[in-house]
Amino acid sequence: MLEPNIAGGIVGGLLIGSASVLLLAASGQIAGISGILGGLYGKWTDTDRLWRLIFLTGLIAGAGLISIFSHGLTVTLQTQGFQLILAGILVGFGTRLGGGCTSGHGICGLARRSKRSFTATLIFMVTAMVTVYLIRHVIT
Amino acid sequence: MKLLLSIFIAGLLFGAGLAISGMTDPAKVTGFLDITGQWDITLLFVMGGGLLVTIPFFPLVQKKTSPWFSDRYYLPTRKDLDWKLITGSALFGIGWGMSGFCPGPAIAGLVTGSLQIVYFVLAMIAGQLLAVLFEKKL
Repeated sequence: MLEPNIAGGIVGGLLIGSASVLLLAASGQIAGISGILGGLYGKWTDTDRLWRLIFLTGLIAGAGLISIFSHGLTVTLQTQGFQLILAGILVGFGTRLGGGCTSGHGICGLARRSKRSFTATLIFMVTAMVTVYLIRHVIT
Repeated sequence: MKLLLSIFIAGLLFGAGLAISGMTDPAKVTGFLDITGQWDITLLFVMGGGLLVTIPFFPLVQKKTSPWFSDRYYLPTRKDLDWKLITGSALFGIGWGMSGFCPGPAIAGLVTGSLQIVYFVLAMIAGQLLAVLFEKKL
């Protein structure tokens, strides 16, 4: 088990919240990562694609900066191969159909007091917890 | 230019936040989701920290008639709870629980060069495209 990192959690959360406020204030866009990614394909203009690419590049670079100062990021894969691919498909399909993920519905939608985002966040938290419960405590 | 620079800085802050909080590690995420196990509450503080900023500042920002460097706000307008929102969110949760990856940390994690994360992100894009096709068939 990993020790909870409360200070890191709060600092990281404050940065994510500030990033969302900055994006909204500067560009009028919601910092929902699944939506920003999803807008890269489909009937969008080139200028619309450009800001999405720039945001996602910044996202990767930001994680990279911290990685440099903390001697690399830890990534402990929870599953591999077919199951990881299936999980990826579910995450992509689900966030598109449901119109958002942890950032868009969770961080931004809740702040907008959106009933849709509140419902979505509740549902994905519950199904994710049930999934982990089944994998860790029932199947194995 | 100012627009794109602020978008880049927003991305940087977002990615740095994910990495500092440890959310780029799927084990921290499943540790939070495993409420009957040895619960790791870090994710709750990440969401709390985020909301601590967005809850007071979103309404303040939206009081301005338009954003600093753009003509209007691009906000969702729907209010109804439809089956797509519910089914989609449920499926997303299953994938999130299986892998410990939601879209932000998965994309940020590409910086590690892990091939498995590349596969995951490609699968995620395929899933989004499938959903687009699926919605067209409806």
